[in-house]
Amino acid sequence: MILQHIADGILSGAIVALGAIGLSFTMKMLRFANFSHSELLTWGAYSALVFLAFFSSFGGFFDQTIGPFSFGADLLLAMLCACIATSIIALLLHRFVFERLSRMAGHMTMVFASFGVALTLRHLVVLIWGSDPIYYSRELQFAILLPGNVRVMPDQVFLLGLTVVVVIALHLFMSRSRTGIAMRGVAESPDLARASGVNVDRIITWVWAIGASGAAIGGVLYGMTVQLRPELGFSLILPLFAAAILGGTGSLYGAVLGGLIVGLSENLSVMVIPTTYKPAVPFLLILAILYFRPEGIFGERSR
Amino acid sequence: MIGLVSYIVFFLILSLIFGIAVLGLNLQWGFTGLFNAGVAGFTAIGAYTMAILTGPARDAVLGGFELPFVVGLIGAMMASGIGAVIVGLATLKLRHEYLAVATFGIAVTIQLVCLNWEYLTGGTLGLIGIPNPSKAWADGPLAQNALYLLVVLVVVGLTFAALERIVKSPWGRMLKAIREDDIAAASLGKSPERVRLEAFVLGCMIMGLSGALYVSFIGYVSPWDFLPIVTFQIWTMLIVGGSANNRGALLGALIVWGVWTMSGFVISRVVPSEIQAQGGAMQAVLIGLILVVTLLIRPRGLIGEELHVSRHARS
Repeated sequence: MILQHIADGILSGAIVALGAIGLSFTMKMLRFANFSHSELLTWGAYSALVFLAFFSSFGGFFDQTIGPFSFGADLLLAMLCACIATSIIALLLHRFVFERLSRMAGHMTMVFASFGVALTLRHLVVLIWGSDPIYYSRELQFAILLPGNVRVMPDQVFLLGLTVVVVIALHLFMSRSRTGIAMRGVAESPDLARASGVNVDRIITWVWAIGASGAAIGGVLYGMTVQLRPELGFSLILPLFAAAILGGTGSLYGAVLGGLIVGLSENLSVMVIPTTYKPAVPFLLILAILYFRPEGIFGERSR
Repeated sequence: MIGLVSYIVFFLILSLIFGIAVLGLNLQWGFTGLFNAGVAGFTAIGAYTMAILTGPARDAVLGGFELPFVVGLIGAMMASGIGAVIVGLATLKLRHEYLAVATFGIAVTIQLVCLNWEYLTGGTLGLIGIPNPSKAWADGPLAQNALYLLVVLVVVGLTFAALERIVKSPWGRMLKAIREDDIAAASLGKSPERVRLEAFVLGCMIMGLSGALYVSFIGYVSPWDFLPIVTFQIWTMLIVGGSANNRGALLGALIVWGVWTMSGFVISRVVPSEIQAQGGAMQAVLIGLILVVTLLIRPRGLIGEELHVSRHARS
């Protein structure tokens, strides 16, 4: 039983981690808590639905499911397009809302604006796609029985695999590419980075694109393994913030580790508290971490 | 004509009840700079306390005290205040955006408790049969509502007058000093932590008062009345009206609640009934856009903070 909870915790933690990467970066580099970040997961998931309809209309190879999974090449291509679409949404929001506000007002104003943006984005989803749950596929899947009587779906194995690939790719990007290194510089100090000849605006564009793509992948994976609902992202706000704060904002590994901790503690909590209180667990984690180590696990203590 | 009058009375009651919560938030954010993203949670505490204190006896649920209306209001404020002391002690040391995240989480947790602690809150069904004092004083819905509006007006008037006095008092000036620069305030021998806690608790008590007036008017309380969207609505009211201005807070409540109900009315007439559920989403989109557009084109709100120059500085 406990092993099953751990497996479920890792799986939901992976989705939280993908979303938290972008939230953590924007919190550190743009210095505001973006309450609308979670809606990017929703938009990623739902925009993939549109691309899925497009690609599956080609039929044949695109439409066929791959191996034991419930999806085919069409959903993978749709996920890629959803990353691009969600990045465009994020960049438009940055260009027309957040960037303007950061120039003319304080970063708290950006937080209010993110409330408004979140409300608008979430309910636009209801307007366009309705509020009933939607599934990418109705394919039946058989659970794989792992040692210890743990059951996982093939799609969930894919979820975990893809998350690992994304994190490794991001790790290489951040540590090897000039852009990635510049990004870490901007996280440390935008002024110093600018003085060293880094084009900060270009880096911020990258931050949004990476954050939104991570969110879109997380959203699609959530839609694939659970279902699509307009509250998909909204219900993840606290887990995302918990993961970003736990890991220390601006840290890739912090966000990933934070996501796993949040996923595991949510799923393990049901052994001690009633399931109905599970959504409060990320909040308790936030309180605990802010109380004992406000800079997060990987964050640096400011002196 | 009677229909329109009753509608206006009904509208004013609800928007002024919202207005009270906005006044509470204004004390916290407008004057003290405390980012409370959990307004719905504190109105919920007040609402449930009112329901428990004044409501009838129920099977398997705490209650049956049937206390008078005013005792219920005071009890609601006390309960929200106690909740605020606990929350404030745990979170007020946090930086702005962390305080926002933490208080947002508190509101979510309070809503979960409302939903699940059946002995206290009646669970998903909520609590019904909460007495409305105006029902005992007058006959007919219009006269009753008009009387209740009078009660609400008195409460709004008292709250407004008290807050105006408070923010102009030395304590009120200290709030602004802490909002602007808490290190400078501390260097003058003030205690920012203590003052922040006081302002937070007082603001939350006012939110609890708003919740209590709401349940007595509606007659029941349910956990679905305190979803995070309520917090966003109240914030939008404050931003639109103008923070750090109590008149602005009330004006914002009237305007935003006006837009909300008018758009709801238009949608119910124009939108076909099959997609009425989507109509609510249209209202929410509108509120979100109003908030963002106000911040972009008029960040001070309609009537923002009045600038004061110390009379000692004038020559």
